[in-house]
Amino acid sequence: MSEIFTIALIWSTIRLSTPLILAALGGLFSERSGVINIALEGMMLAGAFTAAAVTYATGSPYVGLVAGMMAGMLIAAIHAVACIQYKADQVVTGTAINILMLGMPAFLSGAFFLSSGSTPQIPKEHLVPWLPIIIAMVMVPLSWYVLYKTPFGLRLRSVGENPEAADAAGVPVARMRYAGVLLSGVLAGLGGAYLSIGQSSLFTRNMTSGRGFIALAALIFGKWRPFQTLLACLLFGFTEAVSIQMQGVVKLPSGDDIPVQFIQMVPYILTIIVLAGFIGSSRPPRALGIPYQKER
Amino acid sequence: MKLLRELLFPLIAVVAAFIVGGILILIIGDNPIEAYRLLFGSAFSWPVGIGYTLFYATPLIFTGLAVLVAFRCGLLNIGAEGQLYIAAFATAWVGITFANLSPWLLIPMCFVAAIIGGGVWGAIPGILKARFGSHEVINTIMLNFLAVALVSYFIQYHYKAPGDPIMESVPIGWGAHIFRLGKFIPGMPQYIPLNLAFILALVCCGLVYIFLWRTKWGYELRSTGTNPSAAEYGGISVRKQIIIAMTISGALAGMVGLNEVLGHRYRYYDGFSDNYGYTGIAVALLGRNHPVGVIISALLFAVLQRGGLPVDAFTQHVTKDIVQVLQGTIILFVAAEAFFSGAFARFGLLKRSNV
Repeated sequence: MSEIFTIALIWSTIRLSTPLILAALGGLFSERSGVINIALEGMMLAGAFTAAAVTYATGSPYVGLVAGMMAGMLIAAIHAVACIQYKADQVVTGTAINILMLGMPAFLSGAFFLSSGSTPQIPKEHLVPWLPIIIAMVMVPLSWYVLYKTPFGLRLRSVGENPEAADAAGVPVARMRYAGVLLSGVLAGLGGAYLSIGQSSLFTRNMTSGRGFIALAALIFGKWRPFQTLLACLLFGFTEAVSIQMQGVVKLPSGDDIPVQFIQMVPYILTIIVLAGFIGSSRPPRALGIPYQKER
Repeated sequence: MKLLRELLFPLIAVVAAFIVGGILILIIGDNPIEAYRLLFGSAFSWPVGIGYTLFYATPLIFTGLAVLVAFRCGLLNIGAEGQLYIAAFATAWVGITFANLSPWLLIPMCFVAAIIGGGVWGAIPGILKARFGSHEVINTIMLNFLAVALVSYFIQYHYKAPGDPIMESVPIGWGAHIFRLGKFIPGMPQYIPLNLAFILALVCCGLVYIFLWRTKWGYELRSTGTNPSAAEYGGISVRKQIIIAMTISGALAGMVGLNEVLGHRYRYYDGFSDNYGYTGIAVALLGRNHPVGVIISALLFAVLQRGGLPVDAFTQHVTKDIVQVLQGTIILFVAAEAFFSGAFARFGLLKRSNV
């Protein structure tokens, strides 16, 4: 057993947690403002594709990272306009964005790179394996500070908890929610960008493979709080790292492989359990999912 | 006016999505009219195009109905994807384990397996919501991933033919195969997998309609959806309704397994679902959460799915991914209906609704 718990495993955990941390923090800002964000997956895909395409085109991963964040924000803007301006159902809109972004990057890759849904390889010297990890680590305390120690954070939380009262106190509810959702797009876009130009060296079709949903699960498991969410992301990253390392290495007493599927299930089961209130209660922001209609 | 509204906005949403898609096709340097001509031309060609379109519509009718039933109870079931995987596996399991039984016994058993598999997987988030108040959206997402992992485990470790490089189960018994409609429809070749499950899907539309609008149980379920506190006051157990609705919803999604396992591949094939569960949300929404609407919109999405292939093959740049782009855009426009109704109201064409 000991041979798998090594420095390599820790390193792998950090690498695999990074996109989750970024996306989950994104989800944090959106959901704390009262807008459900199940579109994290789509925003990550937007970021991953755009970052890879722009890095390939310009040769600069930094331009790529910024482009990835912008793409995430653009997708978030669609979510925000639909949900805040037109009061569309937030879950349905999120689902629409996820389906849209499953197709869009592949559609664009097919057109621009004449491929079946992936971008060309990016040379190794044009990748950014470190920067997003550092940003993710910095973003955790920073998000905590912004949410709990600044007027902006107070207002953001207030429109997510009690928009009527916030409105009465002069907080612009819609504007705060726009800010929350757009921020979530930037962070999720960065998380996606890390997947394509940090961990890997190209965009492939559906390369997030559900990480946006795991990030959402981590956010819930972390009870919508930055540090707890970080721990949840590290835990989920760890389970993924373990399942990768264990493949073919660790055997059951019977000599069979330990099925990776069971390790993959851990985050989902934990989230269901915590949501049911078995491990402390995980309470969402009170106004989560409810469009705010200003009284006339 | 009401009927007009019901028809108008879905239609506008579809047209708007096609315009957006057309602009995208234009941007990447292809002719949108040509692409759409390929898309619809192939989907409506007789017999192959129509056969496949109806085949693709089958799972979407089931998942659309699944989303509809939950929605009418005020729940959003985005777990049809997981429910149909579990059900398809359960169907295949029965078809493999009891392979030697006569069709008269085996097919009904497979049918029951699909319903129980999907129903149980749907009931779980229902019970969690009724008992602990945890949100069904999150739980169904989690259960989707759980279902995929669970079934993939069973296939990989227990039901795969040894040495088979493909993640698929061993074949089901001959007795579990259901008719392909090509057997009865003159001119339709039997290699088209359109099968008895399509008829079942239409029957289910009728049954869902009768259940929801013509029975006391359906009335209770819908009352829970429109106003849970009033329903509770009127003596309806909201918790019970939530569990019932999610179970029925899951069972409907589960019937996709019949189409896939008994009528198409005759085995469980890992990852067979082309987002049927998620597309079901679009189908129900575009179909205004009405069984007739579900049939129409399932056909539309099936046309897209079928037509995507020739578009991919016969245009310069457009790939079949345009289908998902169109699907996503349609849902987006349907969801943000106020976008259009607001514009209509501004021009005085339609009274602003009080949503």
